[in-house]
Amino acid sequence: MKRKIVYPGLMLSENEKQAGTGTYVQDGKVYSLFYGVANDKNRVTVVPFSGKYIPSPRDYVIGYVIEVTSSNWIFDIGSPYDGLLHVSEYPKRVDSSMMRKEIGIGDCAILRIKDVNTSMKVELSMKDRGLRRLDEGRIIDVSTTKVPRIIGHNGSMVSMLKKESNCDIFIGQNGRIWLKGKDEDINRLTQAIEIIENKSHTSGLTNHISAFLRYEESDEIEEKEKPVPFTSSKKDYTEDACRKVDMLLSDEDES
Amino acid sequence: MSDKPERFIDDEGLRLDGRRVDEIRPMKVEMGVLSRADGSCYLEWGNNKVLAAVYGPRELHPRRMQKPNEVLVRYKYNMASFSVEDRIRPGPSRRSTEISKVSGEAFEPVVMTQYYPGAVIDVFAEVLQADAGTRTAAINAATLALADAGIPMKGLVSACAVGKVDGQLVLDLNKPEDNYGQADLPVAMTQDGEITLLQMDGHLTPEELEEGLEMVKKGCQQILEIQREALVSRYGNEDEEGEEAEEESPEEVPEPEEEEDEERDNSFDNEESEAENSDENDVTEEDEGEEDERQ
Repeated sequence: MKRKIVYPGLMLSENEKQAGTGTYVQDGKVYSLFYGVANDKNRVTVVPFSGKYIPSPRDYVIGYVIEVTSSNWIFDIGSPYDGLLHVSEYPKRVDSSMMRKEIGIGDCAILRIKDVNTSMKVELSMKDRGLRRLDEGRIIDVSTTKVPRIIGHNGSMVSMLKKESNCDIFIGQNGRIWLKGKDEDINRLTQAIEIIENKSHTSGLTNHISAFLRYEESDEIEEKEKPVPFTSSKKDYTEDACRKVDMLLSDEDES
Repeated sequence: MSDKPERFIDDEGLRLDGRRVDEIRPMKVEMGVLSRADGSCYLEWGNNKVLAAVYGPRELHPRRMQKPNEVLVRYKYNMASFSVEDRIRPGPSRRSTEISKVSGEAFEPVVMTQYYPGAVIDVFAEVLQADAGTRTAAINAATLALADAGIPMKGLVSACAVGKVDGQLVLDLNKPEDNYGQADLPVAMTQDGEITLLQMDGHLTPEELEEGLEMVKKGCQQILEIQREALVSRYGNEDEEGEEAEEESPEEVPEPEEEEDEERDNSFDNEESEAENSDENDVTEEDEGEEDERQ
């Protein structure tokens, strides 16, 4: 057993030393806490299929301002708990009357979680390299449990996405992804990320997505799902196929 | 009382709907039916049709309801006005308030409440069509919706009723048996057989109660199997591809989910320095190539 779909209460191991994240121990045996995928290399861990983002220190997140108080910005960070950014954690000195001018309600920013206390008070910081207000681009939401898959092993997926889509990408640990690039590139990239989200538990995904972004017909997963309409000319072209042709034509025009 | 059948169990031991005394009604489950909810489940059990939705964990207002060290599980059972023949008045009633309370408590021993202090998990169970045993059907649906929402739980909860008709104990009452029977005993339990809900309507002797609990335990076991099946088969088809590919490969294919911590750190480095991960990149690309050959 390498990977396996598990559900809450399923016994995973009889050795309590193997208990990893997403499991609990009862009477010396390890059980799953979540509905998700179990991995057992040396420890058994369970990664849930879904779930809310729970802040943990040093995470990078994308948040948007929901309230400005006299000394804090309050950010929605896509979690049950709101984040507080104190003025002293802002890169430059701001007078409390000028806070709304710096970051107003609805503005987005890349932030880092400085600390989370036991009552889940989340303290944010913007005093770090790369942390900034976001003025352009687009933010999309994915499930926080899929974030590791979108980043990939040692960042393989995200660097491939960047390379193939010509977009700038930032992935927040809370499942918000910031994209910057040409509109059509972003649209394609959004579709690619949706595919990753839906097929995160299949293997060979990086190559599949890479082909998708290059508008090539993939040789693996997609073939089974969508019989490619190019070969069966008698059938009506699907909307997807037309779009692909349009894209190819417009590419040629440009070059 | 006019439509009361003369006998509930015929000479061959079959009930009005053709079941044996220890048989449950057929159950059909579909998960993830509501896209806006964090977790959802639609369940049909005989003629019962129930929809369960889970939202959260999310921020709890009003604040005074917050529990400082654990999450609050708020369960709301509601019957649609069209769920029974005579329209029932919409809105909370004495009955639905009571069922909401006890059903919510049925999940207390399994939900890991300490994970989300001060937050709330909202569970909504809507009965669309009622045919006896809706509270148990709602609990069965709610368990799956909670699992679908990614809520950490020690196990699944399954619920079933046992009752008495014609002086005989029967499992999973249907409408006429519920209306005209002598007793109805809905029970919810965890996979270890720990009872988390027990109510009784009517009269049972202590011996019958004990025997009934044994019957209901077997019923819950069957339901648990259906729930497990629903969870595992949901991603089953897609997963086969992934698993087959892996079984063919003796070496370990790098699984990104595992390296979560590492990636957490890397996620930002990738943003900052393309050069840094370019060599790491080569390694992974090779790995991916190998994987392809195997496929």
